[in-house]
Amino acid sequence: MKRAIIYVLAALCGAGFFYTLNQIFYGTPIDKLLYFNQKIFYYHVPNSFALFAAVFTCGISSILFLRRREGRFDDVALAAGELAVLFGGAMMITGAVWAKAAWNVWWAWDARLTTALLLWMTMIGYMLVRKYAGQSGERLAAGLAIFGMANVPLIYYSVKIWRTLHPETSVVPTLDPSMRLAFWSSVLLFLGFYTVLLVARVSQVRARRRMREVWERGLDAGILE
Amino acid sequence: MRNVATLAWKDLRVEFRSREILYTMAFFGAMVLLIFSFAFVKADGVVADVIPGMLWVAVAFAGTLGLSRAFERERESETMRGLLLAPTSRTAIFLGKAVSISVFMLIVEAVVVPLVVLLFQAPLFEHPLLLVTILILATLGFSVVGSVFAAMLLRVRSRDVLLPVVLYPILVPLLIAGTKATAAILPVGITGATDLETAYFWLRFLLVYDLIFIVVALWTFESLVIE
Repeated sequence: MKRAIIYVLAALCGAGFFYTLNQIFYGTPIDKLLYFNQKIFYYHVPNSFALFAAVFTCGISSILFLRRREGRFDDVALAAGELAVLFGGAMMITGAVWAKAAWNVWWAWDARLTTALLLWMTMIGYMLVRKYAGQSGERLAAGLAIFGMANVPLIYYSVKIWRTLHPETSVVPTLDPSMRLAFWSSVLLFLGFYTVLLVARVSQVRARRRMREVWERGLDAGILE
Repeated sequence: MRNVATLAWKDLRVEFRSREILYTMAFFGAMVLLIFSFAFVKADGVVADVIPGMLWVAVAFAGTLGLSRAFERERESETMRGLLLAPTSRTAIFLGKAVSISVFMLIVEAVVVPLVVLLFQAPLFEHPLLLVTILILATLGFSVVGSVFAAMLLRVRSRDVLLPVVLYPILVPLLIAGTKATAAILPVGITGATDLETAYFWLRFLLVYDLIFIVVALWTFESLVIE
Protein backbone atom coordinates (compact mmCIF):
# COMPACT_ATOMS: atom_id res chain seq x y z
CA MET A 1 0.00 0.00 0.00
CA LYS A 2 2.72 2.42 1.01
CA ARG A 3 4.68 1.48 -2.04
CA ALA A 4 1.66 2.06 -4.26
CA ILE A 5 1.18 5.56 -2.87
CA ILE A 6 4.79 6.41 -3.65
CA TYR A 7 4.48 5.09 -7.20
CA VAL A 8 1.34 7.16 -7.71
CA LEU A 9 3.07 10.22 -6.28
CA ALA A 10 6.06 9.65 -8.55
CA ALA A 11 3.78 9.37 -11.57
CA LEU A 12 2.00 12.56 -10.51
CA CYS A 13 5.35 14.31 -10.26
CA GLY A 14 6.25 13.17 -13.76
CA ALA A 15 2.98 14.50 -15.11
CA GLY A 16 3.26 17.60 -12.94
CA PHE A 17 6.61 18.44 -14.47
CA PHE A 18 5.03 18.76 -17.90
CA TYR A 19 2.05 20.57 -16.49
CA THR A 20 4.20 23.22 -14.77
CA LEU A 21 6.37 23.64 -17.85
CA ASN A 22 3.25 24.36 -19.85
CA GLN A 23 1.92 26.67 -17.15
CA ILE A 24 5.17 28.58 -16.81
CA PHE A 25 5.69 29.23 -20.48
CA TYR A 26 2.13 29.55 -21.71
CA GLY A 27 -0.02 30.12 -18.66
CA THR A 28 1.70 33.11 -17.07
CA PRO A 29 2.27 36.65 -18.33
CA ILE A 30 5.73 38.02 -19.05
CA ASP A 31 7.06 40.01 -16.10
CA LYS A 32 6.98 43.78 -16.60
CA LEU A 33 10.44 44.46 -15.20
CA LEU A 34 12.39 41.27 -15.69
CA TYR A 35 10.77 40.05 -18.90
CA PHE A 36 11.43 36.48 -19.81
CA ASN A 37 14.11 35.72 -17.25
CA GLN A 38 11.57 35.93 -14.45
CA LYS A 39 10.44 32.44 -15.53
CA ILE A 40 13.23 30.83 -13.54
CA PHE A 41 11.48 32.07 -10.41
CA TYR A 42 9.06 29.14 -10.80
CA TYR A 43 11.93 26.72 -10.31
CA HIS A 44 14.28 28.68 -8.11
CA VAL A 45 11.86 29.36 -5.27
CA PRO A 46 10.28 25.86 -5.15
CA ASN A 47 13.83 24.47 -4.98
CA SER A 48 14.48 26.54 -1.91
CA PHE A 49 11.20 25.30 -0.40
CA ALA A 50 12.43 21.75 -0.94
CA LEU A 51 15.80 22.67 0.59
CA PHE A 52 14.16 23.97 3.74
CA ALA A 53 11.85 20.97 3.95
CA ALA A 54 14.92 18.72 3.72
CA VAL A 55 16.89 20.67 6.32
CA PHE A 56 14.04 20.60 8.80
CA THR A 57 13.39 16.91 8.18
CA CYS A 58 17.07 16.29 8.82
CA GLY A 59 17.16 18.40 11.99
CA ILE A 60 13.99 17.00 13.52
CA SER A 61 14.87 13.39 12.80
CA SER A 62 18.32 14.06 14.27
CA ILE A 63 16.71 15.25 17.49
CA LEU A 64 14.49 12.18 17.52
CA PHE A 65 17.50 9.97 16.86
CA LEU A 66 19.41 11.40 19.81
CA ARG A 67 16.36 11.07 22.02
CA ARG A 68 15.27 7.57 21.12
CA ARG A 69 18.43 6.03 19.70
CA GLU A 70 16.52 4.23 16.97
CA GLY A 71 18.25 3.71 13.67
CA ARG A 72 15.21 4.51 11.58
CA PHE A 73 15.35 8.21 12.52
CA ASP A 74 18.98 8.24 11.53
CA ASP A 75 18.09 6.79 8.12
CA VAL A 76 15.63 9.61 7.53
CA ALA A 77 18.18 12.21 8.65
CA LEU A 78 20.81 10.84 6.27
CA ALA A 79 18.44 10.73 3.31
CA ALA A 80 17.15 14.24 4.03
CA GLY A 81 20.70 15.53 4.42
CA GLU A 82 21.62 14.22 0.97
CA LEU A 83 18.51 15.77 -0.53
CA ALA A 84 19.26 19.10 1.15
CA VAL A 85 22.62 19.15 -0.61
CA LEU A 86 20.95 18.22 -3.89
CA PHE A 87 18.15 20.81 -3.77
CA GLY A 88 20.54 23.39 -2.33
CA GLY A 89 22.82 22.84 -5.32
CA ALA A 90 19.93 23.25 -7.73
CA MET A 91 18.87 26.39 -5.89
CA MET A 92 22.39 27.83 -6.08
CA ILE A 93 22.65 27.18 -9.81
CA THR A 94 19.23 28.56 -10.72
CA GLY A 95 19.85 31.48 -8.39
CA ALA A 96 23.21 32.29 -9.98
CA VAL A 97 21.71 32.15 -13.48
CA TRP A 98 18.87 34.41 -12.45
CA ALA A 99 21.18 36.81 -10.62
CA LYS A 100 23.31 37.14 -13.75
CA ALA A 101 20.23 38.01 -15.77
CA ALA A 102 18.58 40.31 -13.25
CA TRP A 103 21.47 41.94 -11.33
CA ASN A 104 24.24 41.31 -13.87
CA VAL A 105 26.37 39.46 -11.31
CA TRP A 106 26.61 35.73 -10.65
CA TRP A 107 26.76 36.21 -6.94
CA ALA A 108 26.11 39.02 -4.46
CA TRP A 109 26.93 39.05 -0.74
CA ASP A 110 23.37 39.69 0.23
CA ALA A 111 21.69 38.49 3.42
CA ARG A 112 19.51 35.83 1.91
CA LEU A 113 22.16 34.53 -0.44
CA THR A 114 24.75 34.29 2.30
CA THR A 115 22.33 32.57 4.66
CA ALA A 116 21.37 30.04 2.01
CA LEU A 117 25.01 29.45 1.12
CA LEU A 118 25.98 28.85 4.73
CA LEU A 119 23.04 26.54 5.28
CA TRP A 120 24.07 24.61 2.20
CA MET A 121 27.68 24.51 3.40
CA THR A 122 26.52 23.18 6.77
CA MET A 123 24.68 20.40 4.97
CA ILE A 124 27.76 19.60 2.88
CA GLY A 125 29.72 19.47 6.15
CA TYR A 126 27.04 17.12 7.44
CA MET A 127 27.54 14.83 4.44
CA LEU A 128 31.33 14.92 4.90
CA VAL A 129 30.87 13.83 8.50
CA ARG A 130 28.51 11.05 7.46
CA LYS A 131 30.95 9.83 4.89
CA TYR A 132 34.29 10.13 6.63
CA ALA A 133 33.67 10.04 10.36
CA GLY A 134 33.21 6.27 10.43
CA GLN A 135 31.79 4.42 13.42
CA SER A 136 30.59 7.21 15.65
CA GLY A 137 29.75 9.56 12.80
CA GLU A 138 26.00 9.15 13.22
CA ARG A 139 25.81 10.92 16.52
CA LEU A 140 28.29 13.57 15.52
CA ALA A 141 26.27 14.26 12.39
CA ALA A 142 23.07 14.45 14.44
CA GLY A 143 24.74 17.00 16.69
CA LEU A 144 25.87 19.00 13.70
CA ALA A 145 22.36 18.97 12.24
CA ILE A 146 20.87 20.26 15.50
CA PHE A 147 23.51 22.97 15.88
CA GLY A 148 23.09 23.87 12.24
CA MET A 149 19.34 24.23 12.66
CA ALA A 150 19.75 26.43 15.73
CA ASN A 151 22.20 28.46 13.71
CA VAL A 152 19.87 29.36 10.85
CA PRO A 153 18.10 32.32 12.48
CA LEU A 154 21.41 33.58 13.87
CA ILE A 155 23.07 33.52 10.47
CA TYR A 156 20.05 35.18 8.98
CA TYR A 157 20.01 38.10 11.40
CA SER A 158 23.77 38.52 11.40
CA VAL A 159 23.97 38.85 7.64
CA LYS A 160 20.75 40.80 7.33
CA ILE A 161 22.48 43.93 8.55
CA TRP A 162 24.16 44.11 5.18
CA ARG A 163 22.17 45.56 2.31
CA THR A 164 19.49 43.42 0.77
CA LEU A 165 19.27 42.96 -2.96
CA HIS A 166 17.14 39.88 -2.95
CA PRO A 167 13.40 40.41 -3.28
CA GLU A 168 11.62 40.47 0.04
CA THR A 169 9.64 37.41 1.02
CA SER A 170 6.52 39.51 0.55
CA VAL A 171 6.85 38.72 -3.14
CA VAL A 172 5.19 35.38 -2.67
CA PRO A 173 1.98 36.46 -0.87
CA THR A 174 1.52 39.46 -3.20
CA LEU A 175 2.11 37.45 -6.32
CA ASP A 176 0.00 38.38 -9.31
CA PRO A 177 -3.01 36.02 -9.49
CA SER A 178 -2.09 35.01 -13.02
CA MET A 179 1.26 33.74 -11.76
CA ARG A 180 -0.04 32.14 -8.63
CA LEU A 181 -1.28 28.89 -10.13
CA ALA A 182 1.97 28.14 -11.92
CA PHE A 183 4.01 29.04 -8.86
CA TRP A 184 2.11 26.99 -6.32
CA SER A 185 1.79 24.00 -8.60
CA SER A 186 5.53 24.16 -9.04
CA VAL A 187 6.04 24.30 -5.27
CA LEU A 188 3.74 21.34 -4.88
CA LEU A 189 5.63 19.51 -7.61
CA PHE A 190 8.97 20.04 -5.92
CA LEU A 191 7.71 19.07 -2.49
CA GLY A 192 6.14 15.95 -3.98
CA PHE A 193 9.35 15.17 -5.83
CA TYR A 194 11.26 15.67 -2.58
CA THR A 195 8.93 13.25 -0.78
CA VAL A 196 9.36 10.60 -3.46
CA LEU A 197 13.14 10.90 -3.38
CA LEU A 198 13.16 10.90 0.42
CA VAL A 199 11.09 7.75 0.71
CA ALA A 200 13.10 5.97 -1.95
CA ARG A 201 16.40 6.92 -0.37
CA VAL A 202 15.25 6.08 3.15
CA SER A 203 14.36 2.56 2.12
CA GLN A 204 17.80 2.13 0.56
CA VAL A 205 19.60 3.47 3.60
CA ARG A 206 17.48 1.34 5.90
CA ALA A 207 18.20 -1.77 3.86
CA ARG A 208 21.92 -1.04 4.07
CA ARG A 209 21.76 -0.51 7.83
CA ARG A 210 19.83 -3.74 8.34
CA MET A 211 22.34 -5.64 6.24
CA ARG A 212 25.09 -4.30 8.42
CA GLU A 213 23.22 -5.17 11.59
CA VAL A 214 22.57 -8.70 10.42
CA TRP A 215 26.21 -9.03 9.44
CA GLU A 216 27.32 -7.85 12.87
CA ARG A 217 24.93 -10.21 14.58
CA GLY A 218 26.29 -13.02 12.45
CA LEU A 219 29.81 -12.11 13.47
CA ASP A 220 28.82 -12.05 17.13
CA ALA A 221 27.17 -15.43 16.85
CA GLY A 222 30.24 -16.85 15.18
CA ILE A 223 28.38 -17.92 12.04
CA LEU A 224 30.31 -15.55 9.83
CA GLU A 225 33.92 -14.72 9.88
CA MET B 1 29.76 23.86 40.03
CA ARG B 2 32.75 22.98 42.16
CA ASN B 3 33.42 20.05 39.85
CA VAL B 4 33.54 22.44 36.93
CA ALA B 5 36.15 24.54 38.68
CA THR B 6 38.16 21.47 39.65
CA LEU B 7 38.13 20.12 36.11
CA ALA B 8 39.05 23.44 34.58
CA TRP B 9 41.82 23.89 37.14
CA LYS B 10 43.15 20.43 36.30
CA ASP B 11 43.41 21.36 32.61
CA LEU B 12 45.07 24.63 33.40
CA ARG B 13 47.60 23.00 35.71
CA VAL B 14 48.46 20.36 33.14
CA GLU B 15 48.91 23.13 30.61
CA PHE B 16 51.03 25.37 32.80
CA ARG B 17 53.42 22.50 33.40
CA SER B 18 54.20 22.00 29.72
CA ARG B 19 52.77 25.20 28.21
CA GLU B 20 52.55 23.25 24.96
CA ILE B 21 49.15 24.45 23.82
CA LEU B 22 49.72 28.06 24.78
CA TYR B 23 53.07 28.35 23.04
CA THR B 24 51.93 26.63 19.86
CA MET B 25 48.66 28.59 19.72
CA ALA B 26 50.36 31.94 20.29
CA PHE B 27 53.08 31.17 17.78
CA PHE B 28 50.54 30.05 15.23
CA GLY B 29 48.44 33.17 15.76
CA ALA B 30 51.50 35.37 15.26
CA MET B 31 52.39 33.38 12.15
CA VAL B 32 48.94 33.90 10.68
CA LEU B 33 49.32 37.64 11.26
CA LEU B 34 52.68 37.59 9.52
CA ILE B 35 51.24 35.82 6.50
CA PHE B 36 48.46 38.41 6.37
CA SER B 37 51.04 41.15 6.45
CA PHE B 38 52.58 39.80 3.24
CA ALA B 39 49.19 39.87 1.61
CA PHE B 40 47.78 43.16 2.83
CA VAL B 41 50.52 45.58 3.80
CA LYS B 42 51.30 48.00 1.04
CA ALA B 43 54.46 50.06 0.79
CA ASP B 44 52.85 52.99 2.58
CA GLY B 45 51.33 51.12 5.50
CA VAL B 46 48.27 49.02 6.20
CA VAL B 47 44.86 48.85 4.65
CA ALA B 48 42.93 49.53 7.82
CA ASP B 49 39.79 47.73 6.69
CA VAL B 50 41.33 44.31 7.01
CA ILE B 51 42.51 44.60 10.61
CA PRO B 52 39.38 43.13 12.27
CA GLY B 53 39.39 40.31 9.73
CA MET B 54 43.03 39.54 10.39
CA LEU B 55 42.53 39.55 14.13
CA TRP B 56 39.56 37.22 14.04
CA VAL B 57 40.98 34.79 11.53
CA ALA B 58 44.11 34.53 13.65
CA VAL B 59 42.02 33.97 16.78
CA ALA B 60 39.77 31.40 15.11
CA PHE B 61 42.67 29.42 13.64
CA ALA B 62 44.67 29.46 16.83
CA GLY B 63 41.53 28.51 18.77
CA THR B 64 40.87 25.51 16.53
CA LEU B 65 44.45 24.39 17.04
CA GLY B 66 44.20 24.61 20.81
CA LEU B 67 40.81 22.95 20.80
CA SER B 68 41.90 19.82 19.00
CA ARG B 69 45.10 19.64 21.04
CA ALA B 70 43.31 19.97 24.38
CA PHE B 71 41.08 17.04 23.56
CA GLU B 72 43.80 15.07 21.83
CA ARG B 73 45.69 15.15 25.10
CA GLU B 74 42.81 13.47 26.91
CA ARG B 75 42.63 10.83 24.21
CA GLU B 76 46.35 10.07 24.12
CA SER B 77 46.62 9.34 27.80
CA GLU B 78 43.20 7.66 27.89
CA THR B 79 42.09 10.07 30.58
CA MET B 80 38.79 10.87 28.88
CA ARG B 81 37.49 7.52 30.02
CA GLY B 82 38.63 8.34 33.52
CA LEU B 83 36.85 11.67 33.36
CA LEU B 84 33.66 10.08 32.12
CA LEU B 85 33.82 7.48 34.88
CA ALA B 86 34.38 10.12 37.54
CA PRO B 87 31.43 10.71 39.87
CA THR B 88 30.40 13.91 38.19
CA SER B 89 27.92 14.82 35.51
CA ARG B 90 29.02 15.02 31.90
CA THR B 91 27.78 18.57 31.88
CA ALA B 92 30.45 19.43 34.43
CA ILE B 93 33.14 17.80 32.29
CA PHE B 94 31.96 19.77 29.31
CA LEU B 95 31.82 23.07 31.17
CA GLY B 96 35.24 22.45 32.69
CA LYS B 97 36.72 21.92 29.25
CA ALA B 98 34.95 24.97 27.85
CA VAL B 99 36.27 27.12 30.71
CA SER B 100 39.85 25.93 30.36
CA ILE B 101 39.82 26.42 26.59
CA SER B 102 38.38 29.90 27.08
CA VAL B 103 41.29 30.70 29.38
CA PHE B 104 43.83 29.39 26.84
CA MET B 105 42.26 31.44 24.11
CA LEU B 106 42.10 34.61 26.20
CA ILE B 107 45.79 34.28 27.01
CA VAL B 108 46.58 33.85 23.33
CA GLU B 109 44.40 36.84 22.49
CA ALA B 110 46.36 38.84 25.05
CA VAL B 111 49.39 38.13 22.84
CA VAL B 112 47.76 38.47 19.43
CA VAL B 113 45.85 41.71 20.00
CA PRO B 114 48.88 43.75 21.14
CA LEU B 115 50.78 42.24 18.21
CA VAL B 116 48.16 43.54 15.81
CA VAL B 117 48.42 46.96 17.42
CA LEU B 118 52.20 46.86 17.29
CA LEU B 119 52.71 45.49 13.80
CA PHE B 120 49.95 47.31 11.98
CA GLN B 121 49.58 50.48 14.07
CA ALA B 122 45.94 49.55 14.57
CA PRO B 123 44.11 51.89 16.96
CA LEU B 124 42.42 48.97 18.70
CA PHE B 125 42.75 50.32 22.21
CA GLU B 126 40.45 53.27 21.66
CA HIS B 127 37.78 51.54 23.73
CA PRO B 128 39.69 48.94 25.74
CA LEU B 129 36.76 47.82 27.85
CA LEU B 130 34.53 47.24 24.86
CA LEU B 131 37.26 45.34 23.06
CA VAL B 132 37.81 43.09 26.05
CA THR B 133 34.07 42.42 26.36
CA ILE B 134 33.84 41.53 22.68
CA LEU B 135 36.81 39.20 22.98
CA ILE B 136 35.47 37.51 26.10
CA LEU B 137 31.99 36.95 24.70
CA ALA B 138 33.28 35.64 21.38
CA THR B 139 35.82 33.39 23.09
CA LEU B 140 33.13 31.97 25.32
CA GLY B 141 30.90 31.12 22.36
CA PHE B 142 33.83 29.67 20.46
CA SER B 143 34.92 27.39 23.25
CA VAL B 144 31.37 26.22 24.06
CA VAL B 145 30.58 25.21 20.48
CA GLY B 146 34.13 24.01 19.92
CA SER B 147 34.18 21.80 23.02
CA VAL B 148 31.00 20.02 21.97
CA PHE B 149 32.35 19.18 18.54
CA ALA B 150 35.88 18.40 19.67
CA ALA B 151 34.49 16.04 22.31
CA MET B 152 32.26 14.33 19.77
CA LEU B 153 35.13 13.95 17.33
CA LEU B 154 37.33 12.32 19.95
CA ARG B 155 36.67 8.81 18.71
CA VAL B 156 36.55 9.67 15.04
CA ARG B 157 39.39 8.69 12.75
CA SER B 158 39.77 11.86 10.68
CA ARG B 159 39.02 14.27 13.53
CA ASP B 160 41.69 16.84 12.66
CA VAL B 161 40.19 17.42 9.25
CA LEU B 162 36.59 17.23 10.35
CA LEU B 163 36.81 19.67 13.26
CA PRO B 164 37.08 22.81 11.11
CA VAL B 165 34.58 21.36 8.65
CA VAL B 166 31.88 21.03 11.28
CA LEU B 167 32.93 23.94 13.46
CA TYR B 168 33.24 26.88 11.08
CA PRO B 169 29.73 26.84 9.58
CA ILE B 170 28.36 27.02 13.11
CA LEU B 171 30.81 29.74 14.12
CA VAL B 172 30.04 32.03 11.20
CA PRO B 173 27.59 34.33 13.04
CA LEU B 174 30.07 34.64 15.89
CA LEU B 175 32.90 35.56 13.55
CA ILE B 176 30.70 38.04 11.70
CA ALA B 177 29.69 39.65 14.99
CA GLY B 178 33.26 39.72 16.27
CA THR B 179 34.62 41.24 13.09
CA LYS B 180 31.87 43.81 12.78
CA ALA B 181 32.08 44.82 16.43
CA THR B 182 35.85 45.21 16.19
CA ALA B 183 35.47 47.23 13.01
CA ALA B 184 32.92 49.46 14.75
CA ILE B 185 35.26 50.39 17.61
CA LEU B 186 38.11 51.24 15.25
CA PRO B 187 38.29 55.00 14.65
CA VAL B 188 37.51 55.75 11.04
CA GLY B 189 39.03 58.46 8.86
CA ILE B 190 40.45 61.79 9.94
CA THR B 191 37.66 62.53 12.41
CA GLY B 192 38.46 59.39 14.35
CA ALA B 193 34.80 58.68 14.97
CA THR B 194 33.81 55.24 16.24
CA ASP B 195 30.45 53.65 15.71
CA LEU B 196 29.56 52.67 19.25
CA GLU B 197 25.92 51.96 18.54
CA THR B 198 26.87 49.29 16.02
CA ALA B 199 29.39 47.89 18.47
CA TYR B 200 26.73 47.56 21.16
CA PHE B 201 24.38 45.90 18.69
CA TRP B 202 26.95 43.22 17.86
CA LEU B 203 27.78 42.87 21.51
CA ARG B 204 24.17 42.04 22.26
CA PHE B 205 24.19 39.69 19.30
CA LEU B 206 27.22 37.88 20.71
CA LEU B 207 25.46 37.57 24.04
CA VAL B 208 22.40 36.01 22.40
CA TYR B 209 24.60 33.66 20.38
CA ASP B 210 26.41 32.54 23.53
CA LEU B 211 23.18 31.97 25.43
CA ILE B 212 21.57 29.97 22.63
CA PHE B 213 24.54 27.73 22.12
CA ILE B 214 25.22 27.22 25.81
CA VAL B 215 21.64 25.99 26.10
CA VAL B 216 21.89 23.78 23.01
CA ALA B 217 25.27 22.44 24.13
CA LEU B 218 24.11 21.61 27.65
CA TRP B 219 21.03 19.99 26.23
CA THR B 220 22.82 17.80 23.70
CA PHE B 221 26.23 17.12 25.25
CA GLU B 222 25.01 14.30 27.41
CA SER B 223 23.74 12.27 24.48
CA LEU B 224 26.42 13.26 22.00
CA VAL B 225 29.61 12.18 23.69
CA ILE B 226 30.45 8.58 23.19
CA GLU B 227 31.47 6.07 25.88
